[in-house]
Amino acid sequence: MQRAWPERPAAQQQERESMSDTTDADVAEATGTNGAAEATEEQGPRDEAREAHLAVFTDALGDRVLGSHILVGHDLWVRVDRATWVEAVELARTKLGCTFFDFLSAIDWMPSPWGRYEDALLDESSTGAGIPAVDPSTIQQGFAGGETRFQVFARLANVRSQASVVIKVDLPDDDLSLATLTGLYAGANWHERECWEMYGITFDGHPGLRHLYLPGAFEGHPLRKDFPLVARMVKPWPGIVDVEPMPESDDPEADPEAEPAPDEETAAGDAVEATTADQASTGEEGTQ
Amino acid sequence: MSVTDRQARAYINGQAADMRVNVELETEEGMTLNLGPQHPATHGTLRVIAKLDGEQVVWADIAPGYMHRGYEKLCEVRTYPQVTTLVNRIDWLGSFANEVPFILAAEQLMDIEAPPRAKYIRTILFEMARVANIVLFLGDLGVQLGAVTPAFYAFRDREHVLDQIESVTGGRFHPNFDRIGGLKDDLPKGWIADTKAVMERMRTFCDEIEDLLFGNEIFEARTRGVGVIPADLALSYGLSGANARASGIDWDLRRDTKVGLAHDDVDWRVWTHPDGDSFARCWVRLQETREATKIVDQLCDKLPGGPIMAKVPRIIKVPAGEAYVATENPLGEMGYYVVSKGDLGPFRVKIRTASFSNVSVLPWLLKGVYVPDIITILASLYFILGDIDR
Repeated sequence: MQRAWPERPAAQQQERESMSDTTDADVAEATGTNGAAEATEEQGPRDEAREAHLAVFTDALGDRVLGSHILVGHDLWVRVDRATWVEAVELARTKLGCTFFDFLSAIDWMPSPWGRYEDALLDESSTGAGIPAVDPSTIQQGFAGGETRFQVFARLANVRSQASVVIKVDLPDDDLSLATLTGLYAGANWHERECWEMYGITFDGHPGLRHLYLPGAFEGHPLRKDFPLVARMVKPWPGIVDVEPMPESDDPEADPEAEPAPDEETAAGDAVEATTADQASTGEEGTQ
Repeated sequence: MSVTDRQARAYINGQAADMRVNVELETEEGMTLNLGPQHPATHGTLRVIAKLDGEQVVWADIAPGYMHRGYEKLCEVRTYPQVTTLVNRIDWLGSFANEVPFILAAEQLMDIEAPPRAKYIRTILFEMARVANIVLFLGDLGVQLGAVTPAFYAFRDREHVLDQIESVTGGRFHPNFDRIGGLKDDLPKGWIADTKAVMERMRTFCDEIEDLLFGNEIFEARTRGVGVIPADLALSYGLSGANARASGIDWDLRRDTKVGLAHDDVDWRVWTHPDGDSFARCWVRLQETREATKIVDQLCDKLPGGPIMAKVPRIIKVPAGEAYVATENPLGEMGYYVVSKGDLGPFRVKIRTASFSNVSVLPWLLKGVYVPDIITILASLYFILGDIDR
């Protein structure tokens, strides 16, 4: 491994104004960094920077890029097929200069069989007789799409140009395995161990998939949606009161069945006081 | 000896120790030293397993998880406002800083922005959390090297910062003060003058620590050239915060990303150090504490008027989407990858904590060092157990 970072004199302080000078190495990426302040007014340059990053993937991988998503001014998502996983990550590392390994984790897209434990109606059929069935057609993936219940995603970043990418990959239910990234990023070791014990996804070629957090004899994979949160099974969460309308409230917006946030945003300005007070009490309950 | 030589030699040492590991494991010889899980030098319940050849470590492993609380799972069954209560307990020395990235992620998903005054107060408390956190590091550092006095100074002076945080938020350790769209309350009367006095006092504390520790011969001998992390390795392990900046990586999320805090409006510096050793990590943190006090001072002067809460719905439902927001927390980059399905609570929250990545470098870093240096390196990397185990 070579030292790629340039030498800096001792106790050098980088004036924040000089950032624009240090990032001019790569024009496209520098646009992404320095255009950030103006991004609220004009989103064009930011878009172009991330589109250029995306083009790096589509040019090199062609139709092996299965999906992508650009959140203007924030992040880039790229979904690749399983065989291309390491290649795509290597591309981010070499072409985008993403040498910083941010994190790796997985998502279980299946809706929880127990809902969000809000109903407090856990009868014997749901607590005693195994896991309630979930209709597979209700599984809906997020940004950059997806076809399977489990997705692994990793975020990589370039600390100089601030370029970053979230790379996602689908894993079929019958073969939850993926090539390891430890050859590219030493830091992937612990993240993959955590992902393995929390989701049961194996990483081929990993130097030692051992338990990181859980005791060695632990059974099951806690972050899977079908793994029950036993505390909620035993005692329903009192937090449910927070989603009910307050008795004294005449505000029609307080109806929990109301439309989601964007529609309410403009109308509910005078309810701010109530919201803050309500949240405060929420915090207290959570503590105890 | 130039910096490059020292870093290169440490790297070669690591490689050499790597070669010896295989021999050790095959023959099962040598002594195994178990530090923790209840060792004072581990700041909590972290277990370090080291195989020794004489006084030298040839293989080391870290066993975290003694305090794993499963916050990622718990977040899935809470509403958005309730999550801040949980995440307060991740890095418990700088609690307020834990809330900020989550709230910012939720605000990004909901496409709302806190009013300027809320942003400023957020940033002030964010930086005060940093001061309260790192001050304890500076005191604790002395203890690990046999100097007990700085710890007393640190606890004494940190109390002033905590008092100020308490008088705003009502909580010394767990403020739970940040809200989607703003803050719970405004600042109390007379708070700004008191805070500026406290910040002045913290600068005096930094000077004291610099006199007591950083000029000390023993301190220099124990930290200079010990635990050198090369920059490329630091990035590959995902090291962030002062640990990365001490390896010469000029990267600070407060400056380099636009996350909705007020750091852009004030004048401050990002300090780096080229050495990458324990001394560099301590030195960078000392400078950062000074910068943080300056940021607080300037923000207090510039504090705008206006509301502290944006218009948010009575019931907070976050539209479907994904967001990753990270901020430069006292320990390094802390971020929340929030997946929403348009529900009252998040569908999935991946918590990216700084200490998790920072500590994962230890198996590499401890190879080839001597037993007393394990303690120095653990102290200088500065981790909070809640931040590793989540």
